[in-house]
Amino acid sequence: MIQYILRRVMLMIPSLLAISIVSFIIIQLPPGDYISSYVATLASSGELVDEAEIQSLRLAYGLDQPVYIQYIKWMGRVLQGDFGRSFEWKDKVTNIIWGRLALTVIFSLFALIMHWVIAFPLGIYSAVRKYSVGDYIATFIVFVGIAVPDFLLALVLMVFAFMQFNLSVGGLFSADYVNAPWSFAKVLDLLQHLWIPVIILGLSGTAGLIRTMRANLLDELHKPYVITARSKGLPELTLLLRYPVRAALNPFISTVGWSLPGLVSGATIIAIVLNLQMVGPLLLRALMSQDLFLAATLIMLLSVLTLIGTLLSDILLAWLDPRIRFH
Amino acid sequence: MEAEAKVFVASQWQLTWWKFRQHKPAMISAIVVIILYLIALFSEFIAPYAADKYRAGYAYAPPQSLQFFRQTPEGWRPDLYVYAHKMVIDLQAQKRTYAVDTEKIIPIRFMVKGDPYKLFGWFPGDIHLIGPRDPNEIIFLMGADRMGRDVFSRLIHGTRISMSIGLVGVALSLFLGILMGGVSGLYGGWVDSLIQRIIEFLRSIPTIPLWLGLAAALPPDWSPLRIYFGITIILSLIGWTGLARVVRGRFLSLRKEDFVMAARLDGTSEMRIIWEHMVPSFLSHIIASVTLSIPGMIISETALSFLGLGLRPPVVSWGVLLQETQNVYSVARAPWLMIPALAVMLAVVALNFLGDGLRDAADPYVRG
Repeated sequence: MIQYILRRVMLMIPSLLAISIVSFIIIQLPPGDYISSYVATLASSGELVDEAEIQSLRLAYGLDQPVYIQYIKWMGRVLQGDFGRSFEWKDKVTNIIWGRLALTVIFSLFALIMHWVIAFPLGIYSAVRKYSVGDYIATFIVFVGIAVPDFLLALVLMVFAFMQFNLSVGGLFSADYVNAPWSFAKVLDLLQHLWIPVIILGLSGTAGLIRTMRANLLDELHKPYVITARSKGLPELTLLLRYPVRAALNPFISTVGWSLPGLVSGATIIAIVLNLQMVGPLLLRALMSQDLFLAATLIMLLSVLTLIGTLLSDILLAWLDPRIRFH
Repeated sequence: MEAEAKVFVASQWQLTWWKFRQHKPAMISAIVVIILYLIALFSEFIAPYAADKYRAGYAYAPPQSLQFFRQTPEGWRPDLYVYAHKMVIDLQAQKRTYAVDTEKIIPIRFMVKGDPYKLFGWFPGDIHLIGPRDPNEIIFLMGADRMGRDVFSRLIHGTRISMSIGLVGVALSLFLGILMGGVSGLYGGWVDSLIQRIIEFLRSIPTIPLWLGLAAALPPDWSPLRIYFGITIILSLIGWTGLARVVRGRFLSLRKEDFVMAARLDGTSEMRIIWEHMVPSFLSHIIASVTLSIPGMIISETALSFLGLGLRPPVVSWGVLLQETQNVYSVARAPWLMIPALAVMLAVVALNFLGDGLRDAADPYVRG
């Protein structure tokens, strides 16, 4: 088992290298670089920058060198734990990202828990009581979750909250706490703001899970082993949870890995719409202004999350299903 | 007895069709999808106004509801009309508000003369399916936006881009998917491993950041048409991997099927086995997965355009229309700006049901 995990982790290294190269190229794709977009912003506000200054700025940021040299230099520093400096924020990338990344991970975990808490009981219920009222409620949630893209859901909820309660939903903290140091009160404040995005992200992901759970369980419910267990006199609930639900969980577990990166990706757009202090809006801005190292680091980190998620689900699957062996 | 005999001699396509016909939601969805594509095809004719026609002084004019009966001296008579807007300037709030002017009636007619257009960029015309009888009158069936443009007309015009970007993107990923998946499943060996590694790699990059990055990389000075194709290519870059997996899996499992073996023992050539025996047996399945991947593309286009990274005005798509809703205050003032979101949902739901129905109908192991 440990050997298997180790080998998988080793395999992640070449993938990460490839991803870092690709993301570096993508960020460099637009014509010009950070300096030229910076100069353009200055020029639009009427400030003129002379050529010598531009050149010295380029030199200072190392943007005068060819892309592959920039990449190799950056990679060398990354291996030493230095992810470079953000041009726009004039600060170390790690300092900017840290808090936001933590929030993103917390948020995604909350949403994941929410998925499961909603999807499991509803999925099981709607399979066992097929075509009952509960089943129709579950189907309705599935319907909404699939039909409404999560960012639209965020938008609708935001507009609704604003029109009905004159409530501003955007942001993760009240104005008093945005820059305050972490404290118990700040955590409480965060929790108060977190539930709306969590519901949005949770609802959109739950849909697929309910559907899968229902279909899986329906396949299992009429198998001979269930009938055997029932004829032995096992109470219905124990029977249900001990055998068919466990079997129905397998395909579920195998998709957990995808749901983690899916959550992070989904959170990107919701965070932009709701203006949450998470990774998404930061990445968008960094990409727009060609803030090279910040954007590259963010894409790298999101990819790491994706790879870890896939690994986790493979491990869980092997642990849950004795038929699967490590190769 | 006769019906049973019919089943035995029916072709696969006939069986699929019979099964599909029984799936009511899928049938209804199929009709909705067809209507949506017809709207996309003939949007200039269906919309009352041109997409960029604006009316100064009608910013955020609310929707006018259609009236079907009209009081005449002889009693109520059927007629189609709306009441005109009366502008009231609230001096205290320094705001323009609109009131319904029940005195002034604007008759609505079908097949009326209006803004000239070129259908498919070719056939000139000025007849619109629906519109005010007098082309100079102003109607807003779904309200007006910030610049006094008719939301209904823009919604109709946006249908073309939004519905077609999914098709073009899917066609592109279908081509790549069948090519790569087919090669992978047929030849196996190192080609298979290489393609599988590429797919795994593409899948391990988080989708939305990748899209954001690529979309941000599209130069802003590109023409709308080039941006459109740029976006479709970006969308299908991820899309093909899923289809390639499906195709490969089908090839691999079909290679071992008895009927393929039988054909091979009969001395059928490899090409003939592929095209005559293998492809027809999974084509329907492919069509279903393609249908199911269109809504994803539509949502992605909407999301990217909404964020300002996708299509940009003057191009009109549902995502571009939703850009107007980024500001909560303007939506609170003009909730009808959210109507394009309903169109997105309708399209997504219909395509999902259609795809589900097709998949069930195409699967020979599911009993109808």
